[in-house]
Amino acid sequence: MRHTISVLVENKFGVLARISGLFSGRGFNIDSLNVAPTHDSDLSRITVVVRGDDTVLDQINKQLLKLVNVIEVIDFKEGQAVERELVLAKIKADTRTRSEIIQIVDIFRAKIINVAPESVIVEITGDEGKINGFLSMVESFGVLELARTGKLAMRR
Amino acid sequence: MKSSSTVASFPKPEVGPEMKGADIVVEALVREGVDTIFAYPGGASMELHQALTRTTKIRTILPRHEQGGVFAAEAYARATGRPGVCMATSGPGATNLVTGIADAYMDSIPLIAITGQVFQKFIGKAAFQETDFYGMTLPVVKHSYLVLNVADLPRIIKEAFVVATSGRPGPVVIDIPKDVQQAKAQPVWPAAVELRASKQPRHATDEQLKTVLGLIAKAKQPVLYVGGGIISSGAHPELLEFAERTNIPVATTLMGVGCFPETHRLSLKWFGMHGTVYGNWAVHHSDLLITLGARFDDRITGEVTKFAPHATIVHLDIDASEHNKNKVVQYPIVSDVKFALGRLNELAAANKFQAPDCRAWHDKISEWKRDYPLAWEPNKHITAQEAVRTLYELTQGDAIIVTGVGQHQMWAAQFYNYDKPRTYISSLGLGAMGFGYPAAIGAKVACPHKQVVDIDGDGSFLMNVQELATAKIEKIAAKALVLNNQHLGMVVQWEDRFYGSVRGHTILGDPNNIGSPDNLGGIYPDYVKIAEGFGVKARRVVKREELREAMQEMLDHDGPYLLDVIVPYTEHVLPMIPGGKTVADMIIK
Repeated sequence: MRHTISVLVENKFGVLARISGLFSGRGFNIDSLNVAPTHDSDLSRITVVVRGDDTVLDQINKQLLKLVNVIEVIDFKEGQAVERELVLAKIKADTRTRSEIIQIVDIFRAKIINVAPESVIVEITGDEGKINGFLSMVESFGVLELARTGKLAMRR
Repeated sequence: MKSSSTVASFPKPEVGPEMKGADIVVEALVREGVDTIFAYPGGASMELHQALTRTTKIRTILPRHEQGGVFAAEAYARATGRPGVCMATSGPGATNLVTGIADAYMDSIPLIAITGQVFQKFIGKAAFQETDFYGMTLPVVKHSYLVLNVADLPRIIKEAFVVATSGRPGPVVIDIPKDVQQAKAQPVWPAAVELRASKQPRHATDEQLKTVLGLIAKAKQPVLYVGGGIISSGAHPELLEFAERTNIPVATTLMGVGCFPETHRLSLKWFGMHGTVYGNWAVHHSDLLITLGARFDDRITGEVTKFAPHATIVHLDIDASEHNKNKVVQYPIVSDVKFALGRLNELAAANKFQAPDCRAWHDKISEWKRDYPLAWEPNKHITAQEAVRTLYELTQGDAIIVTGVGQHQMWAAQFYNYDKPRTYISSLGLGAMGFGYPAAIGAKVACPHKQVVDIDGDGSFLMNVQELATAKIEKIAAKALVLNNQHLGMVVQWEDRFYGSVRGHTILGDPNNIGSPDNLGGIYPDYVKIAEGFGVKARRVVKREELREAMQEMLDHDGPYLLDVIVPYTEHVLPMIPGGKTVADMIIK
């Protein structure tokens, strides 16, 4: 099962390595990972999306909480949290296709943040369904580059 | 007004005179009550060694290999409960500590490992003797620090000791670049460091403990399965009272050996792969298994789905991440075990708790004990088992026994009875060969008035044989009883049982002239001569009739001593539950 795990940590070097090590040491691949300071600059929030056996993940969560620099661990169950991701996509675009891309961008309430003769860069935020829907719509134009933040989550 | 009263409620830190970072480290260690450090110098740690020469409060012992130093520090901790401290230089010095750090991690031993690091300006540049020791040790430490600022040293060292010793103990690494050791600062000594709430030890609730007492009252075949947590929390008096009050038999793990007197009527000694028949059977047939400070290791459970199949299991441990890790149990309880046992005793007394009537169960166990005692086949030669039993008789059980890893480690646990905690010192989770003699040195330094004997195998002993020099020069009277069978006995046993006796590099001497009690000319190497080279008194004993007298000579000698006991390699450690099998598959004879 897929889990979204939110970890509040002290903002210090090495913390991320300790946390990712608990996953890699068990052969778990992390789907996405986001790290950034919170409103308190001494603290950071790490959001990990990972697939794995529930009992093993339960162990990992308990072991995460044992780490000296970890303050709080929340393993969000389905529907417990609001989840969002921000994606930047550079899409192939010329005079012929640009207007169609703009239409799709509007429908998904995304934004074009850069226009070049042969491409546009689109910024889109949303949950997984929305992002996947958008990407499947623009795929045929040609996605040249993609960067995403990984999922963020907050308890409802 | 509010702010001033808040400030006043915190103890004020103390500011010391300006000194070098290296001197701050030493002063911080003194403030933590450290009296001994096992330290091997090098370029990146010599500032620290220079600082150590300026104190009279810490004894610095020079091991002859960093691995010997860390094992000695670990054994110091195992023998006393106080954190052991070791130190090494950067690069190879530090990497040589890794096995000992991993060992401390596996067995939950409080250990402080201090390493020198190259100058900060060289970090990440593949400088001479540079390794990323902080990164390298991440999976085997409870916590670690890379000190980037000399001003952080007092707090970091204080915090390191709190982390190493609190909750479930473990190793902490402090990596200190040379420029930090050389930098000068006025140390600000914190009065205290606080752990975050999530790191504070938790305590079982009365409801949880009353549930446990309720389960006991209804049990017909209860067993206490107790591990190293009893020893690290110092809960052995509470355990004894609880077992007697509830009249429940006690089976320990190897980590728990000595936490309950093995000569007590309720003792099942220890169970698991090579544990007692009666201990294993009692656990297997139990209807209530109360697990205290233990972790359902694979060497305890065998095939875990078939472990204690009829039992309701209570698992009380300070580490929540141990619950349902290896074995899913009905009653997981997170608690400091000393608190829980103390409170259980109080609740039992207050409620006039009556131990359940388990006479049939005790009768059954007595039969098993009578019919299946730990035993060995008589042999015309000295056997390892006989040597251990003889040592038990001569020391009357009053010695600290340290071991290497292998057959001798099991026999040392089987044929010596341990009535006190911290008297069987062994590398159990990691199973690190070479642990024995350096660990005996550490234990002897920690407990100079106790007889300390390393019961070792010839393979294990050779792995850190250089520590004979440490014992000689530092005048540490650690004894080595080498049970010399010229083979890697435990692997040989597995070869005999599961691999058609094909010897896959398990012969330690010349394969074309294998030494044995019947072929003394083939014995290799000559440990008596090796010991002589180190200036350590030694003797070889081959004949059964000389064993007792030779061992007494070893015990009576007031310095280090090596007794080379030649034993046949054909003995197997029994009973044995093969890996991944169950009690039903136990090989008894």
